[in-house]
Amino acid sequence: MAHGPAKGIGRWLFATNHKDIGTMYLWFSFAMFLLGGTFAMIIRAELFAPGMQLVKPEFFNQMTTMHGLVMVFGAIMPSFVGLANWMIPLQIGAPDMALPRMNNLSFWILPFGFALLASTLFMEGGAPNFGWTFYAPLSTTYAPDTVNFFIFGVHIIGASSIMGSINIIATVLNLRAPGMTMMKLPLFVWTWLITAFLLVAVMPVLAGVVTMMLMDINFGTSFFDAAGGGDPVLFQHIFWFFGHPEVYIIILPAFGVVSAIIPTFSRKPLFGYSSMVYATSAIAFLSFIVWAHHMFTTGMPIAGELYFMYATMLIAVPTGVKVFNWITTMFRGSLSFETPMLFAIAFVILFTFGGFTGLMLAVAPADIQYHDSYFVVGHFHYVMVAGAVFSMTAGIYYWLPKWCGKMYDETMGKLQFWIAFIGFNIAFIPQHFLGLAGMPRRYADYALQFSDWNMVSSIGAFMYGAAQLLFLYNVIRTIVAGEPTSEEKTWEGAEGLEWTLPTPAPFHTFSTPPEVK
Amino acid sequence: MPINATQKITLKLVVVAIGMFVFAVFLMPPLYDVFCELTGIGGKTKGQFEGTTAAVDVEREIKIQFVATNNGAMPWEFSPLQYQVRVHPGEKTAVEFYAKNPTSRDMVAQAIPNITPNNAAEFFHKTECFCFDKQVLKAGEEANMGLVFIVDPELPASVTTITLSYTLFDVTEATEAAVATTN
Amino acid sequence: MVSRLKQLVAYALSPLLLLSFVGQNAHAEDAHASGWSLLNMPQGVTSVSNDIYDLHMTVVWICVWISVVVYGVMFYSMFAHRKSKGYKAANFHESTTVELLWTIVPVLILIWVAFPSTKSLIELYDTTEADIDIKITGYQWKWQYEYLGEGVEFMSELTTSEPAIYNLEPKTEFYLSEVNEPLVLPVGKKVRFLLTAKDVIHSWWVPDLGVKRDAVPGFINETWAKIDEPGVYRGFCAELCGKGHAFMPIVVNAVSEDEYKTWLAEKKEAAAVLREMAKQTFTLEQLMAKGEVAYNRSCAGCHSGNGEGIPGAFPALKGSAIALGPVAKHLDVMVNGVSGTAMQAFGGQLSEVDLAAIITYERNAWGNNVGDMVQPIDVLKFKQGQ
Repeated sequence: MAHGPAKGIGRWLFATNHKDIGTMYLWFSFAMFLLGGTFAMIIRAELFAPGMQLVKPEFFNQMTTMHGLVMVFGAIMPSFVGLANWMIPLQIGAPDMALPRMNNLSFWILPFGFALLASTLFMEGGAPNFGWTFYAPLSTTYAPDTVNFFIFGVHIIGASSIMGSINIIATVLNLRAPGMTMMKLPLFVWTWLITAFLLVAVMPVLAGVVTMMLMDINFGTSFFDAAGGGDPVLFQHIFWFFGHPEVYIIILPAFGVVSAIIPTFSRKPLFGYSSMVYATSAIAFLSFIVWAHHMFTTGMPIAGELYFMYATMLIAVPTGVKVFNWITTMFRGSLSFETPMLFAIAFVILFTFGGFTGLMLAVAPADIQYHDSYFVVGHFHYVMVAGAVFSMTAGIYYWLPKWCGKMYDETMGKLQFWIAFIGFNIAFIPQHFLGLAGMPRRYADYALQFSDWNMVSSIGAFMYGAAQLLFLYNVIRTIVAGEPTSEEKTWEGAEGLEWTLPTPAPFHTFSTPPEVK
Repeated sequence: MPINATQKITLKLVVVAIGMFVFAVFLMPPLYDVFCELTGIGGKTKGQFEGTTAAVDVEREIKIQFVATNNGAMPWEFSPLQYQVRVHPGEKTAVEFYAKNPTSRDMVAQAIPNITPNNAAEFFHKTECFCFDKQVLKAGEEANMGLVFIVDPELPASVTTITLSYTLFDVTEATEAAVATTN
Repeated sequence: MVSRLKQLVAYALSPLLLLSFVGQNAHAEDAHASGWSLLNMPQGVTSVSNDIYDLHMTVVWICVWISVVVYGVMFYSMFAHRKSKGYKAANFHESTTVELLWTIVPVLILIWVAFPSTKSLIELYDTTEADIDIKITGYQWKWQYEYLGEGVEFMSELTTSEPAIYNLEPKTEFYLSEVNEPLVLPVGKKVRFLLTAKDVIHSWWVPDLGVKRDAVPGFINETWAKIDEPGVYRGFCAELCGKGHAFMPIVVNAVSEDEYKTWLAEKKEAAAVLREMAKQTFTLEQLMAKGEVAYNRSCAGCHSGNGEGIPGAFPALKGSAIALGPVAKHLDVMVNGVSGTAMQAFGGQLSEVDLAAIITYERNAWGNNVGDMVQPIDVLKFKQGQ
């Protein structure tokens, strides 16, 4: 059992070790984050001033679509799978994931999925241009031929996700160390377990909806074509039946990370562990019954609008419970502000703001004005970026010393934090104003009254983009030249099995299960 | 034993995943249709009406408007001969739509009906409609196409105007393809 | 009234909050004065838009107050409970009472919000008798308005020129929010909008009217507005509909009832004049001039201003077999469209004069040099003769 990793490229190609696979997931997702970020920079550069300067409108649409797809499926989701691979076995005292060979497969098909998707950029007709929500019939009857590559890409990415989730569920349910009961699981494991169940339930629905598109486009069915008795609005129902749980899939593991970091740097246990578990489950359950709040302007009957409005407003309750818990955990703690804590606090502040705008969007009559405007773009970037990405960044700074036995540079970490925090807000607060003032989303160009805020937003976006390059530099610098550390517990207030292991974490850990009291 | 337990849970989850796929592709569309039919979501009308309605309610008068839209590149001239009629609920009414194929090729079209407000859809009964069948018009041919309908006296009191929309789709190619495969 | 009072109190108490700069400004026309004044939703000019605005402000202030409490506690901890100040951590956790409290209080707040929301939604779905019915059809990338029962229908398309979009010409005040023909509506009348689309899903959004509703191909949707004040209200397509998504604005011109009637009469007369014009003969220069304008408005969106199209999506007309080939085929494509492609049948969308001018222009512009001319009467004959 004491053997180390294989040598050379084989170590990675045939990896079955959860740490190696986790590392690959993290690097892959970071590469995708930079790619998706490049698309975002192109979008913001084009929108810096009115008029078309850099790209044509048709290419702009490809950029918005690819930015969404790459960020959601390529950056955020795989990054959390990577974190799960690294941390779940360490946190539950397991020697590895339950299905190591499937783990290898689920990672290695990802690059192929994205290669397929990205290759469309170089084809005639161009990349998908129908938005990451790919509403029919723009994505079927009126799509470029490359849509088939998009469909196969989504199939592959979906299969990867489903395999990853099965692995996580099997690991958490079967490989816990003796004494590690369900109600002792760290919250990151809990949130991931629930996320994995969501994924198994809804990724097949995404696969289903793209399959139906494939049939409509190539085999003459008419699921979404009114001419044959189909219904384009049915597409939206099925898509959002997947899509709404999907946004919680993205945010729940982020909750888990923050729930680990805040107690550590508050030197005080999480205020309400069990209520956090119940709140997470409640959010997961609600995510299945609110999907049509994305469709308030499609002309649903009033009964439908009322139901989806009430159900959506309810989500504020468990979400509120989470925020209150984090804050009460901080209250009368002994706080210190290392980089992970800064990102975690920013997460709480900004995610809560995103929650407020979410509540506003839930109010159906007001959503008539907000829907498909920049207000929505501002809202979901507060949740996706300040939520998922900030929490991911916090998690990486938090666990990086454990992974590689080197300490990151605190000053550089803080510098990155402040550039990212300020840049993020400059980029996305103005988008709320733009939306309220009437600027629709996915616009390649805009009327003159929107110029000022767009320029501000672009400047903020460039700042935020620059912060990510600093992040890349910080991580590489830590790995290459960070100050070595061998303290088991990197952080004074940290709790959990991962902090009982030597630093850096050896290739094989918990070969003999630890005893949890 | 962990290996067995892992296999068991994996198998279960794979079954769930496949089940959800089947649910999405094979169950959601028909369920949605049933749901639409029950609630009138989407304003889809039903097929041929063969039942009977309550007696004519002469007290009430409902305005029925007709609109016609050509989908995509459909070149036919297509319009209602009367843009609106006033009817009593329970009364059988016949109206006509005009269509002309101005092109130099034979074409097949399918008209798709839709109703607003949504909650009127289940109370709008068509006893005869050109939308039940595909319409074939030869090059340059024109036709008046009939619709006979009854508005159910059960129609909610809040509804005073019903708009019936027909969208005309060119299904020439799809029809030819279908004919080619059956031959 | 209560919410108004709350607003006032809130304004008075929180001068430092950014949101309190949000005045009740943002009237449609003022908005163009400076982009910086764009901070909030317009109150609009219909009862629905006013209701939405009030609802929006109510929820905003609820959020502001919750955040004062939540962020307040948080920032207090961050300043007072620092390790660097030697603060020792307490060790309390788990309290059912507290958990219940912060579950129940939000539920009560939500119920409070639910009441006015439900009320506005019911008003929004009012299907009682309207005075005017307008059918709105979304096209890639323009709107068609049809006044039901009046026999008036027209296309409303962007008039901002391609050079202005590509920064070759200065941008004017209503850049990307100007059209050749606005939707003219009378104030004080209930107008019912019937929405559908010809190709993909579009969404008709005019913020000042409090109206946004999807236009779905094959389906018909309805919504309504009763405009209180005359004015010009601008809006946009809100659902991604392809490359011209940002280039199909909406302009509503709300006028008094008398002006509306006059306009409608003139509109009917103009249609007759146009039919008369179809019998006239034009010179090549006249046709080319008219053709250039009409082409840039109705065709350049896909085939581009220079006739080169977009490879892989929209064919070039410069040097194309159709533009250089027999007139009959060219007429057929223009009038009847091409099935299974994005080429619409323009026979019903454009006047004979415009059709003739565009065809002539396409045959003789950008180096295409057929030299022949198509007169409106030819188009008319083609339409009738086929």
